[in-house]
Amino acid sequence: MIRSTLAALLTSLSVSTSALAQDFVVQNAKVWTGTDAGTLDNTDLLVRDGEIAAIGDNLDVPNGLDVIDASGRWLTPGIIAPFTRIGIVEVGAEDSTDDRSADLTMASASLIAADGFNPAATSVNVTRIEGVTRIIVAPTISSHVIGGQGFVANTSGAADSVTERNAFVFVDVGEAGAAVAGGSRPALWSKLRSAIEDARTYPARYATHDAGDALKRPDARAFGPAVRGQQLILFRVSRASDIMQVLALKQEMPQLRFALVGAEEAWLVADALVAADVPVIIDPFANLPGRFESLAATQENAKRLIAAGVPTAFAFLDRYTELQARIALQVAGNAVGNGVAHDDALRALTTVPAAIFGLETLGSIAVGKSADLVIWDGDPLEVMSAPDMIWIDGESQSMTSRQTELRDRYITPSEDDLPVAYRR
Amino acid sequence: MIRISSLVSAIVLLVACEAVPPPIQAHAEPIGVDPNPYPSTYQPYPSQSVLLRGATVLDGVGGRLESGDVLLVDGKVQAIGASLEGPADATIVDATGRWVTPGIIDNHSHLGVFPSPSVSAHGDGNEISAPVTAEVWAEHGVWPQDPGFSRALAGGITSLQILPGSANLFGGRGVVLKNVPSRTVQGMKFPGAPYTLKMACGENPKRVYGYGGGAYPGGAPYSRMGNIAGYRTAWAKAVEYKRKWETYEVDGGDPPDRDLELDTLMGVLEGDILVHMHCYRADEMAQIMDMSREFGYQVTSFHHAVESYKIADLLADYGACSAMWADWWGFKMESYDGIRENIALVHNAGACAIVHSDDDIGIQRLNQEAAKALADGNKAGLSISRAEAWQWLSANPAKSLGVFDQTGSIEAGKQADIVVWSGDPFSTYTQADLVFVDGALLYDRFDPEKQPVMDFELGQPGAGDSK
Repeated sequence: MIRSTLAALLTSLSVSTSALAQDFVVQNAKVWTGTDAGTLDNTDLLVRDGEIAAIGDNLDVPNGLDVIDASGRWLTPGIIAPFTRIGIVEVGAEDSTDDRSADLTMASASLIAADGFNPAATSVNVTRIEGVTRIIVAPTISSHVIGGQGFVANTSGAADSVTERNAFVFVDVGEAGAAVAGGSRPALWSKLRSAIEDARTYPARYATHDAGDALKRPDARAFGPAVRGQQLILFRVSRASDIMQVLALKQEMPQLRFALVGAEEAWLVADALVAADVPVIIDPFANLPGRFESLAATQENAKRLIAAGVPTAFAFLDRYTELQARIALQVAGNAVGNGVAHDDALRALTTVPAAIFGLETLGSIAVGKSADLVIWDGDPLEVMSAPDMIWIDGESQSMTSRQTELRDRYITPSEDDLPVAYRR
Repeated sequence: MIRISSLVSAIVLLVACEAVPPPIQAHAEPIGVDPNPYPSTYQPYPSQSVLLRGATVLDGVGGRLESGDVLLVDGKVQAIGASLEGPADATIVDATGRWVTPGIIDNHSHLGVFPSPSVSAHGDGNEISAPVTAEVWAEHGVWPQDPGFSRALAGGITSLQILPGSANLFGGRGVVLKNVPSRTVQGMKFPGAPYTLKMACGENPKRVYGYGGGAYPGGAPYSRMGNIAGYRTAWAKAVEYKRKWETYEVDGGDPPDRDLELDTLMGVLEGDILVHMHCYRADEMAQIMDMSREFGYQVTSFHHAVESYKIADLLADYGACSAMWADWWGFKMESYDGIRENIALVHNAGACAIVHSDDDIGIQRLNQEAAKALADGNKAGLSISRAEAWQWLSANPAKSLGVFDQTGSIEAGKQADIVVWSGDPFSTYTQADLVFVDGALLYDRFDPEKQPVMDFELGQPGAGDSK
C-alpha cells in the first residue's frame, strides 16, 4: 500500500519535472559531440521534450521556440563526474552530516548510498554550475571490504534526481580494504571470495544457517545481482599486483562486470586490462608515491592507458570527493598537457563514464540523446573557462549556488546603512 | 668497516677539538641566545649565463613585456628588457611563444614534514604533545628526500615555506627553503630568510586537545575562548621573559633560565620572527588582529583564510597578507563559506593576496590556482590582469617570508629564480619547461638528466619515469 502510493508520487513528480523541460534551439555553437561526428563548428541544435531532436546547419526554428545564440561558444554534453561522494555528506568533519560510511555496522552490500543522498546538499549546486550534470556517487567502506551500493544522480537538486539507485557495488581491494578485513590482503581476498560464495548460494544456505561465511542475510541478498553479472562491481584498487588479483577473479568468473577506480599503477598492466575488458577511472593528477600501493603513480598513466586501449574515465580523487568533483575538468585539461588527446580527455568525462555505468542516453550529443547540455565561454578544459548555460534533460538550470550568493553579498566588503546580513 | 672508521675519525676530530680550547677571555661576554644554530649551508649551484629571448615576460610586480628578454648572469637577474645582448658565452634560449615568470613561491607547504609515502612513520608535522609548542622547529622534521619536492620543482616552485601543522595553538617555527634537492635540510635553507612562527585558530586546536578524547595531554582548549586564552597566556609569559632578558642585558647578574618556547615568542615580539597564522573565519581574524595589538606584534599572513573576502578592507588596513586556496571549501564548518572569488576580492580591496597550496598535489600547479581565481574574479566584475595576478604567486609570498629583497620578481639584482613556461601559464595545458634556481638549471622538461629522482624512488616501480 505504502509502496504503491510512493510509486504514484514518484511518477507524478517525474511527469511534472519533464513538463518543465522547454523546447529550444541553440545556434552557431562549436559542438563537441562525443560521437564519430567529431566537433562541429557553427552548428545548430534543436531540443524537444528533453531530447536532442536535430543537429545541423541553419536548422529551421519552429514557431515560438526560444533561440540561444552560442556564437563563438562551445556546446558539450553535460559532464559526468565518474566517482564522487556529492550529496551524501554536507561537512566532512561533522559526523552528523556524513552518510558516506557507517563504521559501527557490520553491514556491507545492503548499504545503499542513495538512501543518504540529499539533492539539496550545497555541493550539488556548486558542482552543477561548473558543468557537471551527472554524478556517480559511491559510499566509502565501513567495516567490510564491500562498501555498499553506489548510485547515479543528476545535479538538478530535484527530489527525484537519483536515476539509478543500485548502479554498482563498491569494493575496496587495496590497503584500506585489507585493514577492515582483518589486516592483510589474504584476509581481504578470503572475505571477498566468501562473500561471493554467500551471495551465489543465497537464499538456499541461509535457510539452514543464520549467517553466511562473510555476509549477513540482507547483504547476501543485496550482493546477488553483482555476483550474477547483472550489476557492475567497482573496485577501489591501486597496486599493479592487486589489479592482477581482480583480473584473475574476472577470469574465474567471466560473467561478472568490473571497473576499477584509483588504479594508479594500471599502466603497468594495461594490456591485461584490455584483454579482460575492464575499464578504469583514474585521477591524472596522481603522480606521487603517496602509499606503498601506489609507488608507480605517474602523470603518464592516462596517456599510456588510453594508448593501450583501456576505456579510461577521469575524476579528481585526491581528496574531498564529496565537494570537489568539479575539479575533474581541470584534471582532464592537465592530462591533455601531458599528452592525452583533447578528444579523449573530454570522452573521459562523458562517453566513457556513460559506458561504464550503462547510461545509454547520456554522454554524447546525437539525435535521440537526453538534452544534458552545457554552453561554455571557452574550451571546457581550460581552467579559465566556465559554463554560461546548463540543461538537464532539456530543463534549464540555475547558475547560482550558496557560494555565488556569498560572493554577491560581499563583493564590496563594508558595512552600509544596514548590516551586510540584509543584502540578498 | 667503513662505518667504524668514520666513527673513529669523528671521535678523533672531537678529541682534537677539545684538545685546543678557545682562549679564555678576561671578561666573559654576557650569555646570549644564538639566533641561528642550524645555519644554512645552501650555495647556489654552478650556473652559466643565460639569455632568454623573445618571451612574454611577467616581472612579478605587475609588469608585462611582449617579446621580452631576460638575462641571467652569476645566478642573478642582470637585466630585463627588449633586445638584450648577453656575454659571449651566454646560452641563448629561444623563448618565442613561451612565457617567463619569477619562480613560484609557496608559503604554505608541509613537504618533508608530511612526506610521501604518507605512512605513520612519516608524520613529523604536528608535535601534538601540548597546545603550545613554539619550541619545535619544522626544519627538524623535514625529510629532504620527500619525492614531493621534485614534483613541486616540475611545477615551477623555486622557494617554499615548510610549516608545522595546525594541531596546536602555537605549532612551532616554520622554515623557508630553496627548492633544491639536498642531502640535508641545511642544504635547502634559504640563506638569510627570517624564521617564522606557525599559529592556528579555530577548530583544529580545540578538536585535537579538548576533544582529543583524552588521547593527548593538555586538556584545554575546548573552545575558541580557550584558544584565545591559551595564546594570551603564552604571550604574557613571553612579554615577561623578554623583560627579564632586557634587564639582564642592562644590569648583568644571572641570566634568565633559557626557555626554548619563549625564545621563539620573544623573537616575534622583537620583530625578528614572522607570524603565519592558520585562520579561516573572518570574525576570528579580527580577534587575532586585536590580540596582536594587545601584545605588540604583527601577523604577517593569515593562512587558508577562506573568509578573507568578508573583511578584505580590515585586512588591508591592518596590513596582513591572506594565503588562500582558489576553491577549497566545506570540509569543515570554518571552511563552509569558501568562495572561488576570495583571492581576487582580497586583491581588489588592496590587501595582500597569496595563492598557497597546503598540499603536495596542489603545489604542482599553483599557476592554475591563480588562473581560476583570476577568471572567477574577473567574471564577477573585477578587472585584474595576468601580470597583476602573478604577484599572488611570487612577490606577495616573498614579502610574507621576508625575502622579497632577494627573490620574488624579475628585477635586476634579484636571485635568478625563474620559470620558462611552454605557453601562457594561466592555461591548463601549459607546462614548466625550464626552472632555474639562483640561475642554475635544475629542471628541464625535455632532459631526463635535469629531472631529480629522490633516493626513495630509486629502484622502485616507475623510477625515473616522467612524473
